[in-house]
Amino acid sequence: MNAAASTGWNREQMAARAAQDIPDGSYVNLGIGIPELVAKFVPEGREFIYHTENGMLGMGPPPAEEERDLDLMNAGKKYVTAVAGAAYFHHADSFSMIRGGHIDVCVLGTMQVAANGDIANWSTGAPGAIPAVGGAMDLVQGVKKIYVITQHTTKTGDPKLVEHCSYPLTGPGVVSRIYTDLAVVDVTPAGFRVVELAPGITFAEVEEKTGAQILPPG
Amino acid sequence: MINKQVSSVASAVADIPDGATVMVGGFGASGSPIELIHALIDHGAKDLTVINNNTGNGEVGLAALIGNRQVRKMICSFPRSSQSKVFPELYKEGLIELELVPQGTLAERIRAAGAGIPAFFTPTTVGTVLAEGKETRDFDGRPYVMEPWLKADFALIKCETADPVGNLTYNKTARNFNPLMCMAATTTIVQTRKLVKSGDIDPEHVITPGIFVNRVVEVSDPVHEDTLIAEGRRYP
Repeated sequence: MNAAASTGWNREQMAARAAQDIPDGSYVNLGIGIPELVAKFVPEGREFIYHTENGMLGMGPPPAEEERDLDLMNAGKKYVTAVAGAAYFHHADSFSMIRGGHIDVCVLGTMQVAANGDIANWSTGAPGAIPAVGGAMDLVQGVKKIYVITQHTTKTGDPKLVEHCSYPLTGPGVVSRIYTDLAVVDVTPAGFRVVELAPGITFAEVEEKTGAQILPPG
Repeated sequence: MINKQVSSVASAVADIPDGATVMVGGFGASGSPIELIHALIDHGAKDLTVINNNTGNGEVGLAALIGNRQVRKMICSFPRSSQSKVFPELYKEGLIELELVPQGTLAERIRAAGAGIPAFFTPTTVGTVLAEGKETRDFDGRPYVMEPWLKADFALIKCETADPVGNLTYNKTARNFNPLMCMAATTTIVQTRKLVKSGDIDPEHVITPGIFVNRVVEVSDPVHEDTLIAEGRRYP
Protein backbone atom coordinates (compact mmCIF):
# COMPACT_ATOMS: atom_id res chain seq x y z
CA MET A 1 0.00 0.00 0.00
CA ASN A 2 1.22 3.47 -0.76
CA ALA A 3 1.06 6.33 1.70
CA ALA A 4 -2.09 7.86 0.20
CA ALA A 5 -4.03 4.63 0.63
CA SER A 6 -3.02 4.23 4.27
CA THR A 7 -5.09 7.17 5.50
CA GLY A 8 -8.83 7.24 5.27
CA TRP A 9 -11.12 4.88 3.36
CA ASN A 10 -11.49 4.69 -0.42
CA ARG A 11 -14.85 4.12 -2.14
CA GLU A 12 -14.65 0.35 -1.88
CA GLN A 13 -13.62 0.48 1.77
CA MET A 14 -16.49 2.84 2.62
CA ALA A 15 -18.91 0.45 0.95
CA ALA A 16 -17.34 -2.56 2.67
CA ARG A 17 -17.62 -0.82 6.04
CA ALA A 18 -21.31 -0.07 5.46
CA ALA A 19 -21.95 -3.70 4.46
CA GLN A 20 -20.66 -4.81 7.89
CA ASP A 21 -23.65 -3.10 9.54
CA ILE A 22 -26.34 -4.81 7.46
CA PRO A 23 -27.77 -7.92 9.16
CA ASP A 24 -28.09 -11.28 7.44
CA GLY A 25 -31.37 -11.67 5.57
CA SER A 26 -31.97 -7.93 5.10
CA TYR A 27 -33.98 -6.53 2.22
CA VAL A 28 -31.73 -3.77 0.89
CA ASN A 29 -32.11 -0.92 -1.58
CA LEU A 30 -28.88 0.60 -2.88
CA GLY A 31 -28.67 4.09 -4.36
CA ILE A 32 -26.67 4.97 -7.46
CA GLY A 33 -22.89 5.52 -7.15
CA ILE A 34 -20.78 4.38 -4.18
CA PRO A 35 -23.81 2.67 -2.53
CA GLU A 36 -23.95 0.22 -5.46
CA LEU A 37 -20.52 -1.08 -4.37
CA VAL A 38 -22.00 -2.43 -1.13
CA ALA A 39 -23.17 -5.48 -3.08
CA LYS A 40 -19.53 -6.45 -3.70
CA PHE A 41 -18.74 -6.63 0.01
CA VAL A 42 -21.41 -8.81 1.57
CA PRO A 43 -19.77 -10.25 4.69
CA GLU A 44 -19.05 -13.99 4.74
CA GLY A 45 -22.06 -16.01 5.84
CA ARG A 46 -24.66 -13.31 5.16
CA GLU A 47 -27.22 -12.96 2.40
CA PHE A 48 -28.90 -9.68 1.39
CA ILE A 49 -31.86 -9.50 -0.98
CA TYR A 50 -31.66 -6.45 -3.23
CA HIS A 51 -34.71 -4.43 -4.16
CA THR A 52 -34.81 -2.16 -7.18
CA GLU A 53 -37.61 0.41 -7.47
CA ASN A 54 -38.52 -0.52 -11.01
CA GLY A 55 -39.93 -3.83 -9.89
CA MET A 56 -37.62 -6.60 -8.73
CA LEU A 57 -36.51 -8.33 -5.55
CA GLY A 58 -33.44 -10.52 -5.95
CA MET A 59 -31.43 -8.25 -8.23
CA GLY A 60 -28.08 -9.79 -9.18
CA PRO A 61 -24.84 -8.38 -10.59
CA PRO A 62 -24.50 -6.91 -14.10
CA PRO A 63 -24.44 -9.50 -16.92
CA ALA A 64 -21.71 -10.04 -19.48
CA GLU A 65 -22.47 -7.81 -22.44
CA GLU A 66 -23.54 -10.71 -24.68
CA GLU A 67 -25.97 -11.92 -21.99
CA ARG A 68 -27.82 -8.64 -21.60
CA ASP A 69 -31.60 -8.84 -21.45
CA LEU A 70 -33.12 -5.57 -22.67
CA ASP A 71 -36.08 -6.07 -20.33
CA LEU A 72 -33.98 -6.55 -17.21
CA MET A 73 -32.76 -3.23 -15.81
CA ASN A 74 -32.32 -1.59 -12.43
CA ALA A 75 -33.55 1.78 -11.23
CA GLY A 76 -30.34 3.38 -12.50
CA LYS A 77 -31.33 2.09 -15.99
CA LYS A 78 -28.37 -0.30 -16.03
CA TYR A 79 -28.63 -3.91 -17.17
CA VAL A 80 -28.69 -6.40 -14.30
CA THR A 81 -29.46 -10.06 -13.64
CA ALA A 82 -31.98 -11.86 -11.44
CA VAL A 83 -30.77 -14.30 -8.77
CA ALA A 84 -32.55 -17.60 -7.97
CA GLY A 85 -35.65 -16.74 -5.98
CA ALA A 86 -36.11 -13.32 -7.60
CA ALA A 87 -39.56 -11.77 -8.09
CA TYR A 88 -40.92 -9.16 -10.50
CA PHE A 89 -43.78 -6.78 -9.69
CA HIS A 90 -45.29 -3.48 -10.80
CA HIS A 91 -44.40 -0.03 -9.53
CA ALA A 92 -47.20 0.32 -6.98
CA ASP A 93 -46.19 -2.96 -5.33
CA SER A 94 -42.56 -1.90 -5.48
CA PHE A 95 -43.27 1.36 -3.67
CA SER A 96 -45.61 -0.40 -1.24
CA MET A 97 -42.52 -2.34 -0.17
CA ILE A 98 -40.76 1.00 0.35
CA ARG A 99 -43.59 3.06 1.88
CA GLY A 100 -45.08 0.18 3.81
CA GLY A 101 -41.86 -0.23 5.81
CA HIS A 102 -40.92 -3.61 4.35
CA ILE A 103 -37.41 -2.71 3.16
CA ASP A 104 -34.87 -2.96 5.99
CA VAL A 105 -31.99 -0.80 4.81
CA CYS A 106 -31.45 1.84 2.15
CA VAL A 107 -27.94 3.08 1.40
CA LEU A 108 -27.85 6.44 -0.37
CA GLY A 109 -25.36 8.98 -1.59
CA THR A 110 -25.91 12.60 -0.65
CA MET A 111 -25.04 16.20 -1.26
CA GLN A 112 -25.61 17.22 2.38
CA VAL A 113 -26.72 15.62 5.61
CA ALA A 114 -27.51 17.59 8.75
CA ALA A 115 -26.82 16.91 12.44
CA ASN A 116 -30.56 16.25 13.00
CA GLY A 117 -30.68 13.60 10.24
CA ASP A 118 -32.07 15.82 7.48
CA ILE A 119 -30.88 14.74 4.04
CA ALA A 120 -30.58 16.78 0.83
CA ASN A 121 -29.64 14.66 -2.18
CA TRP A 122 -32.05 15.47 -5.01
CA SER A 123 -31.62 19.11 -6.05
CA THR A 124 -29.24 22.02 -5.63
CA GLY A 125 -32.22 24.34 -6.00
CA ALA A 126 -30.17 26.34 -8.51
CA PRO A 127 -32.25 28.54 -10.84
CA GLY A 128 -32.66 26.93 -14.24
CA ALA A 129 -31.73 23.45 -13.01
CA ILE A 130 -34.22 20.76 -14.05
CA PRO A 131 -35.62 19.21 -10.88
CA ALA A 132 -35.60 15.40 -10.81
CA VAL A 133 -36.56 13.47 -7.68
CA GLY A 134 -37.14 9.86 -8.73
CA GLY A 135 -37.81 7.62 -5.74
CA ALA A 136 -35.53 9.39 -3.25
CA MET A 137 -38.31 11.02 -1.20
CA ASP A 138 -40.21 7.73 -0.98
CA LEU A 139 -37.12 5.80 0.13
CA VAL A 140 -36.08 8.17 2.92
CA GLN A 141 -39.60 8.22 4.40
CA GLY A 142 -40.39 4.54 4.11
CA VAL A 143 -37.28 2.40 4.59
CA LYS A 144 -36.57 1.33 8.18
CA LYS A 145 -32.91 2.41 8.26
CA ILE A 146 -31.34 5.07 6.06
CA TYR A 147 -27.57 4.86 5.72
CA VAL A 148 -25.54 7.39 3.78
CA ILE A 149 -22.19 6.84 2.06
CA THR A 150 -20.43 10.03 1.03
CA GLN A 151 -17.11 11.78 0.88
CA HIS A 152 -16.74 13.85 4.04
CA THR A 153 -16.34 17.05 2.01
CA THR A 154 -17.12 18.25 -1.51
CA LYS A 155 -14.45 18.36 -4.21
CA THR A 156 -13.79 21.97 -3.22
CA GLY A 157 -13.44 21.06 0.46
CA ASP A 158 -16.82 22.23 1.76
CA PRO A 159 -18.32 20.06 4.51
CA LYS A 160 -21.16 17.73 3.51
CA LEU A 161 -22.02 17.03 7.16
CA VAL A 162 -23.61 20.30 8.21
CA GLU A 163 -25.68 21.99 10.93
CA HIS A 164 -28.53 22.74 8.50
CA CYS A 165 -28.84 21.66 4.87
CA SER A 166 -28.66 24.63 2.51
CA TYR A 167 -29.98 22.54 -0.40
CA PRO A 168 -33.67 21.57 -0.62
CA LEU A 169 -34.46 18.60 1.65
CA THR A 170 -35.23 15.11 0.44
CA GLY A 171 -36.58 14.32 3.88
CA PRO A 172 -36.29 15.62 7.45
CA GLY A 173 -34.67 13.68 10.30
CA VAL A 174 -34.36 10.35 8.49
CA VAL A 175 -30.64 9.42 8.41
CA SER A 176 -29.27 6.99 11.03
CA ARG A 177 -25.63 6.54 10.09
CA ILE A 178 -23.07 8.06 7.70
CA TYR A 179 -20.01 6.35 6.19
CA THR A 180 -17.41 8.79 4.91
CA ASP A 181 -13.81 8.49 3.77
CA LEU A 182 -12.78 9.67 7.23
CA ALA A 183 -15.17 8.09 9.73
CA VAL A 184 -18.41 6.32 10.57
CA VAL A 185 -20.75 8.89 12.09
CA ASP A 186 -24.05 8.35 13.86
CA VAL A 187 -26.91 10.83 13.96
CA THR A 188 -27.94 10.93 17.63
CA PRO A 189 -30.39 13.08 19.60
CA ALA A 190 -27.29 15.12 20.57
CA GLY A 191 -26.17 15.50 16.93
CA PHE A 192 -23.29 13.87 15.05
CA ARG A 193 -21.15 11.37 16.95
CA VAL A 194 -18.10 9.57 15.55
CA VAL A 195 -18.46 5.81 15.90
CA GLU A 196 -15.21 4.82 14.26
CA LEU A 197 -12.27 6.65 12.67
CA ALA A 198 -10.74 5.49 9.39
CA PRO A 199 -7.09 4.36 9.56
CA GLY A 200 -4.69 7.25 10.07
CA ILE A 201 -7.46 9.78 10.69
CA THR A 202 -7.68 11.78 13.92
CA PHE A 203 -10.85 13.03 15.57
CA ALA A 204 -9.47 16.57 15.28
CA GLU A 205 -9.30 16.20 11.49
CA VAL A 206 -12.89 14.94 11.31
CA GLU A 207 -14.03 17.78 13.57
CA GLU A 208 -12.28 20.33 11.34
CA LYS A 209 -13.92 18.97 8.19
CA THR A 210 -17.43 18.76 9.66
CA GLY A 211 -19.77 21.74 9.36
CA ALA A 212 -21.50 21.12 12.68
CA GLN A 213 -20.68 20.13 16.21
CA ILE A 214 -19.52 16.50 16.30
CA LEU A 215 -18.93 14.31 19.34
CA PRO A 216 -15.91 12.03 19.71
CA PRO A 217 -16.20 8.25 19.86
CA GLY A 218 -17.19 6.75 23.19
CA MET B 1 -67.37 -12.88 -29.02
CA ILE B 2 -65.23 -10.24 -27.37
CA ASN B 3 -62.24 -9.43 -29.51
CA LYS B 4 -60.21 -6.34 -28.63
CA GLN B 5 -57.67 -6.88 -31.37
CA VAL B 6 -57.10 -4.01 -33.77
CA SER B 7 -55.22 -4.39 -37.01
CA SER B 8 -52.51 -1.74 -36.75
CA VAL B 9 -50.82 0.67 -34.39
CA ALA B 10 -52.10 3.50 -36.61
CA SER B 11 -55.76 2.51 -36.16
CA ALA B 12 -55.14 1.88 -32.44
CA VAL B 13 -54.25 5.54 -31.78
CA ALA B 14 -56.33 7.20 -34.51
CA ASP B 15 -58.93 8.74 -32.16
CA ILE B 16 -56.53 10.38 -29.70
CA PRO B 17 -57.56 14.05 -29.91
CA ASP B 18 -55.57 17.22 -29.42
CA GLY B 19 -55.39 18.13 -25.74
CA ALA B 20 -55.69 14.54 -24.50
CA THR B 21 -53.96 13.27 -21.37
CA VAL B 22 -51.93 10.19 -22.30
CA MET B 23 -50.15 7.77 -19.97
CA VAL B 24 -47.15 6.07 -21.53
CA GLY B 25 -45.85 2.90 -19.88
CA GLY B 26 -42.22 2.05 -19.36
CA PHE B 27 -39.34 2.99 -17.10
CA GLY B 28 -36.57 4.44 -19.19
CA ALA B 29 -36.19 2.14 -22.19
CA SER B 30 -37.70 -0.89 -20.51
CA GLY B 31 -41.39 -1.49 -21.28
CA SER B 32 -41.71 1.58 -23.48
CA PRO B 33 -44.34 1.13 -26.24
CA ILE B 34 -42.18 2.61 -28.98
CA GLU B 35 -44.37 1.53 -31.93
CA LEU B 36 -47.51 3.06 -30.37
CA ILE B 37 -45.63 6.28 -29.59
CA HIS B 38 -44.35 6.49 -33.15
CA ALA B 39 -47.90 5.91 -34.41
CA LEU B 40 -49.01 8.82 -32.23
CA ILE B 41 -46.30 10.97 -33.84
CA ASP B 42 -47.60 9.98 -37.29
CA HIS B 43 -51.18 10.68 -36.13
CA GLY B 44 -50.13 14.14 -35.01
CA ALA B 45 -52.35 14.86 -31.99
CA LYS B 46 -50.88 17.82 -30.15
CA ASP B 47 -51.23 19.85 -26.96
CA LEU B 48 -50.96 16.56 -25.06
CA THR B 49 -50.32 16.05 -21.36
CA VAL B 50 -48.10 12.99 -21.05
CA ILE B 51 -47.53 10.91 -17.92
CA ASN B 52 -44.40 8.75 -17.78
CA ASN B 53 -41.65 8.24 -15.20
CA ASN B 54 -39.13 9.97 -17.46
CA THR B 55 -39.06 12.10 -20.60
CA GLY B 56 -37.50 9.72 -23.10
CA ASN B 57 -34.01 9.30 -24.45
CA GLY B 58 -32.23 10.21 -27.66
CA GLU B 59 -34.58 11.24 -30.48
CA VAL B 60 -36.89 8.22 -30.61
CA GLY B 61 -40.01 7.14 -28.72
CA LEU B 62 -41.23 9.56 -26.05
CA ALA B 63 -38.34 11.96 -26.67
CA ALA B 64 -39.35 12.12 -30.35
CA LEU B 65 -42.99 12.82 -29.42
CA ILE B 66 -41.79 15.70 -27.22
CA GLY B 67 -39.32 16.83 -29.89
CA ASN B 68 -42.16 16.93 -32.43
CA ARG B 69 -43.78 19.52 -30.16
CA GLN B 70 -46.91 17.45 -29.51
CA VAL B 71 -46.57 17.62 -25.72
CA ARG B 72 -47.67 20.65 -23.71
CA LYS B 73 -46.92 19.19 -20.29
CA MET B 74 -45.00 16.26 -18.79
CA ILE B 75 -45.92 14.66 -15.47
CA CYS B 76 -42.96 12.58 -14.29
CA SER B 77 -40.52 11.82 -11.46
CA PHE B 78 -37.20 12.02 -13.26
CA PRO B 79 -37.19 14.26 -16.34
CA ARG B 80 -33.52 14.00 -17.22
CA SER B 81 -30.95 11.28 -17.76
CA SER B 82 -27.58 10.89 -19.40
CA GLN B 83 -29.24 10.38 -22.79
CA SER B 84 -32.14 12.81 -22.57
CA LYS B 85 -31.66 16.10 -24.35
CA VAL B 86 -34.96 16.91 -26.07
CA PHE B 87 -36.99 17.65 -22.92
CA PRO B 88 -34.21 19.53 -21.08
CA GLU B 89 -33.73 21.88 -24.04
CA LEU B 90 -37.45 22.68 -24.42
CA TYR B 91 -37.87 23.04 -20.65
CA LYS B 92 -35.00 25.51 -20.37
CA GLU B 93 -36.59 27.57 -23.17
CA GLY B 94 -39.93 27.54 -21.35
CA LEU B 95 -41.60 25.61 -24.18
CA ILE B 96 -42.91 22.69 -22.11
CA GLU B 97 -44.44 22.42 -18.65
CA LEU B 98 -43.29 20.01 -15.94
CA GLU B 99 -45.17 18.57 -12.97
CA LEU B 100 -42.58 16.78 -10.84
CA VAL B 101 -44.00 13.90 -8.79
CA PRO B 102 -41.97 11.52 -6.59
CA GLN B 103 -41.88 8.08 -8.17
CA GLY B 104 -43.85 6.25 -5.48
CA THR B 105 -46.44 9.01 -5.37
CA LEU B 106 -46.71 8.89 -9.16
CA ALA B 107 -47.32 5.13 -9.09
CA GLU B 108 -49.84 5.40 -6.26
CA ARG B 109 -51.73 8.34 -7.81
CA ILE B 110 -52.15 6.25 -10.96
CA ARG B 111 -53.15 3.16 -8.98
CA ALA B 112 -55.63 5.24 -6.93
CA ALA B 113 -57.28 6.52 -10.10
CA GLY B 114 -57.70 2.96 -11.33
CA ALA B 115 -59.14 1.92 -7.97
CA GLY B 116 -61.60 4.83 -7.71
CA ILE B 117 -59.81 6.45 -4.74
CA PRO B 118 -59.77 10.23 -5.26
CA ALA B 119 -56.91 10.97 -2.86
CA PHE B 120 -54.63 9.37 -0.29
CA PHE B 121 -52.12 10.46 2.37
CA THR B 122 -48.40 9.68 2.21
CA PRO B 123 -45.32 10.71 4.23
CA THR B 124 -43.39 11.20 0.98
CA THR B 125 -42.43 14.90 0.52
CA VAL B 126 -43.27 15.88 4.12
CA GLY B 127 -40.92 18.69 5.10
CA THR B 128 -39.82 19.37 1.51
CA VAL B 129 -40.57 22.00 -1.12
CA LEU B 130 -42.67 19.45 -3.03
CA ALA B 131 -45.23 19.49 -0.20
CA GLU B 132 -45.73 23.24 -0.34
CA GLY B 133 -49.38 24.21 -0.81
CA LYS B 134 -50.64 20.67 -0.20
CA GLU B 135 -52.99 19.61 2.55
CA THR B 136 -51.28 17.73 5.38
CA ARG B 137 -52.83 15.78 8.22
CA ASP B 138 -51.48 13.87 11.22
CA PHE B 139 -52.20 10.17 11.65
CA ASP B 140 -50.89 8.45 14.79
CA GLY B 141 -48.80 11.53 15.50
CA ARG B 142 -47.01 11.64 12.15
CA PRO B 143 -47.66 14.15 9.34
CA TYR B 144 -48.82 13.01 5.89
CA VAL B 145 -49.38 14.86 2.62
CA MET B 146 -52.59 14.47 0.62
CA GLU B 147 -52.11 13.47 -3.01
CA PRO B 148 -54.90 13.27 -5.62
CA TRP B 149 -55.55 10.48 -8.07
CA LEU B 150 -54.10 10.78 -11.55
CA LYS B 151 -56.32 9.78 -14.48
CA ALA B 152 -55.80 9.76 -18.22
CA ASP B 153 -57.88 9.66 -21.36
CA PHE B 154 -55.59 7.12 -22.99
CA ALA B 155 -52.80 4.76 -21.94
CA LEU B 156 -50.16 3.40 -24.31
CA ILE B 157 -48.92 0.08 -22.96
CA LYS B 158 -46.35 -2.54 -23.92
CA CYS B 159 -46.72 -6.15 -22.86
CA GLU B 160 -45.31 -9.57 -23.66
CA THR B 161 -48.43 -11.69 -24.19
CA ALA B 162 -52.07 -10.75 -24.70
CA ASP B 163 -55.21 -12.63 -25.58
CA PRO B 164 -58.29 -11.32 -27.44
CA VAL B 165 -60.10 -10.29 -24.22
CA GLY B 166 -57.10 -8.22 -23.15
CA ASN B 167 -55.53 -10.37 -20.46
CA LEU B 168 -51.85 -9.43 -20.30
CA THR B 169 -48.50 -10.71 -19.09
CA TYR B 170 -45.26 -8.75 -19.05
CA ASN B 171 -41.54 -9.51 -19.31
CA LYS B 172 -39.30 -8.97 -16.26
CA THR B 173 -38.75 -5.30 -15.33
CA ALA B 174 -40.60 -4.14 -18.45
CA ARG B 175 -43.75 -4.45 -16.29
CA ASN B 176 -43.09 -1.31 -14.16
CA PHE B 177 -45.91 1.30 -14.59
CA ASN B 178 -47.75 -0.59 -17.34
CA PRO B 179 -50.30 -2.52 -15.22
CA LEU B 180 -51.17 0.62 -13.21
CA MET B 181 -51.70 2.74 -16.30
CA CYS B 182 -53.98 0.08 -17.79
CA MET B 183 -56.30 0.67 -14.83
CA ALA B 184 -56.22 4.46 -14.82
CA ALA B 185 -57.05 5.40 -18.41
CA THR B 186 -60.46 5.66 -20.04
CA THR B 187 -59.08 3.92 -23.14
CA THR B 188 -56.15 1.55 -22.74
CA ILE B 189 -54.23 0.65 -25.89
CA VAL B 190 -51.79 -2.24 -25.70
CA GLN B 191 -49.04 -3.40 -28.02
CA THR B 192 -48.13 -7.03 -27.41
CA ARG B 193 -45.20 -9.08 -28.62
CA LYS B 194 -47.40 -12.17 -28.83
CA LEU B 195 -51.15 -12.34 -29.38
CA VAL B 196 -52.42 -15.74 -28.30
CA LYS B 197 -55.88 -17.26 -28.38
CA SER B 198 -58.21 -17.15 -25.40
CA GLY B 199 -57.25 -19.85 -22.91
CA ASP B 200 -53.57 -19.83 -23.83
CA ILE B 201 -52.69 -17.62 -20.87
CA ASP B 202 -53.10 -19.57 -17.62
CA PRO B 203 -55.59 -17.53 -15.54
CA GLU B 204 -53.15 -17.90 -12.62
CA HIS B 205 -50.50 -16.06 -14.65
CA VAL B 206 -52.58 -13.09 -15.82
CA ILE B 207 -51.03 -9.85 -14.51
CA THR B 208 -53.49 -7.37 -16.05
CA PRO B 209 -57.03 -8.75 -16.34
CA GLY B 210 -58.73 -7.86 -19.61
CA ILE B 211 -61.32 -5.62 -17.96
CA PHE B 212 -58.63 -2.89 -17.86
CA VAL B 213 -57.81 -3.16 -21.57
CA ASN B 214 -59.68 -1.77 -24.60
CA ARG B 215 -57.47 -2.40 -27.63
CA VAL B 216 -54.72 -4.87 -28.40
CA VAL B 217 -52.38 -4.72 -31.37
CA GLU B 218 -49.68 -7.27 -32.09
CA VAL B 219 -46.15 -5.92 -32.63
CA SER B 220 -44.24 -9.16 -32.85
CA ASP B 221 -40.71 -7.79 -33.12
CA PRO B 222 -40.75 -4.52 -31.16
CA VAL B 223 -37.80 -2.16 -31.40
CA HIS B 224 -36.02 -1.22 -28.19
CA GLU B 225 -35.13 2.36 -27.37
CA ASP B 226 -31.54 1.52 -26.37
CA THR B 227 -30.98 -0.30 -29.66
CA LEU B 228 -32.34 2.62 -31.71
CA ILE B 229 -30.19 5.10 -29.79
CA ALA B 230 -27.09 2.93 -30.21
CA GLU B 231 -27.79 2.95 -33.95
CA GLY B 232 -28.10 6.75 -33.92
CA ARG B 233 -31.71 6.60 -35.15
CA ARG B 234 -34.30 9.33 -34.87
CA TYR B 235 -38.02 9.49 -35.54
CA PRO B 236 -39.71 10.42 -37.79
